[in-house]
Amino acid sequence: MARTPADLVGTRTGPSFEITFGDRPVPARPGQSVAAALWGAGILAWRTTRSGGRPRGAFCGIGQCYDCLATINGQPNRRACLVPAHPGDVVVTQEGHGHASLG
Amino acid sequence: MPTRTSSDVIVIGAGVVGAACAYYAARAGLTVTVVDRGPVAGGTTGAGEGNLLLSDKEPGPELSLALASAELWRELAHLLPPQIEYEPKGGLVVASGEAGMAALRGFAAGQESAGVRVKEVPADRLHDLEPHLAPGLAGGYHYPQDAQVMPALAAAHLLRAGGDRIRLRLGEEVTELLTGEGGEVRGVRTASGTRLHAPYVVNAAGTWGGRIARLAGAELPVLPRRGFVLVTEPLPRVVRHKVYAADYVADVASDSAALQTSAVVEGTAAGPVLIGASRERVGFDRTLSTEALRRLAAQAVALFPVLGTVRALRTYAGFRPYLPDHLPAIGPDPRVPGLLHACGHEGAGVGLAPVTGLIVAVCVTGGQLPLDIAPFAPGRFAAKG
Repeated sequence: MARTPADLVGTRTGPSFEITFGDRPVPARPGQSVAAALWGAGILAWRTTRSGGRPRGAFCGIGQCYDCLATINGQPNRRACLVPAHPGDVVVTQEGHGHASLG
Repeated sequence: MPTRTSSDVIVIGAGVVGAACAYYAARAGLTVTVVDRGPVAGGTTGAGEGNLLLSDKEPGPELSLALASAELWRELAHLLPPQIEYEPKGGLVVASGEAGMAALRGFAAGQESAGVRVKEVPADRLHDLEPHLAPGLAGGYHYPQDAQVMPALAAAHLLRAGGDRIRLRLGEEVTELLTGEGGEVRGVRTASGTRLHAPYVVNAAGTWGGRIARLAGAELPVLPRRGFVLVTEPLPRVVRHKVYAADYVADVASDSAALQTSAVVEGTAAGPVLIGASRERVGFDRTLSTEALRRLAAQAVALFPVLGTVRALRTYAGFRPYLPDHLPAIGPDPRVPGLLHACGHEGAGVGLAPVTGLIVAVCVTGGQLPLDIAPFAPGRFAAKG
């Protein structure tokens, strides 16, 4: 059986819960970041760039590079690698600056 | 082409003013060595917003300089690549009450007679220009000649446009001015001991220009005037012009050392909105001032309530080169033959850079100056008698 980082450190987390990415349910564990939960579900991109519309996801994973921006619960430009997942969180692909409604 | 250690002119400072001096000197056929202890645009240029403003200047020598420079920026916008982000977006100065509007009207009338294009905007037309502006303002003035560039790229492309007549020496601090027997300038020595030779040396060291003047035994009382800029997350064009409240003009002209803030709000080509402007004289202290940022944010949201719903991502600080009479020092130093000054532009260095560079080039090569430079005489601060 594959060992996971959680097994290696002998951590006991609470029960898993669900967040959604678009219309897709994604499992998450307490304390996991949104980016980690998305990666765990095989999702690697959740933003498109402002000028070229190219896909982006987590790059540095430690809050420095601002590449992993996502719209979480309606708020754009959240760094998915830093935001802890909470039951029922709604994550959607952020297009560009994520503020199209302000134009 | 300049050789490794000799050229016609040495420019100390690779900010936008130094870059413009080098560019116009190269255009006049001279070879130029640009020396800076840091990178290109590593000082005040890189900490600015890139404003090319007429709107905040009262009639007088600085406005004449700014008018000439605005013309040169328009020309440079065609000669330099689009990466400099020259944007002739215009300025909008707004007044919150009738008293402010009356003051603005008087100020604008003076500017108009000095050659600035101004247009009064009644309260009910403000939102045609800026749809997100707060309701209830008394009116404003539109200044179509106000523009903006991306200052660090503008400096870099001015240097590049000089071609092989310009040689850059970055990361080299000037530690000594070399002079001949008659006290005339012969070149500079840098921290590594390298001697660079030229019959002309231009002090374009900005806020650090006083230090360079002292190396020459001359006195130029340049003081740092600190300012913060607050940067929002990238947004669509919610702010179309450079927008500020009428109080800004009074703050710019003030001599106070205490903290002054008046929101100056503008969008950028890349998306973030920049919010300035604070002024305080606290030496070269880079400590973040939450009080300055808090006031800037509150004043910006008062002008554009929509900004209350977006986030500020970062902030940066810079030191404007302040001279006591708010005018730059441009031209030959009367005490040291061959030394020219091009510094002390306070918050207007990006706007005034081209005309400063042109004046310096004309001072070296001879010819017709674009305007009377007596008000900017570097010797004006010397003790009388």
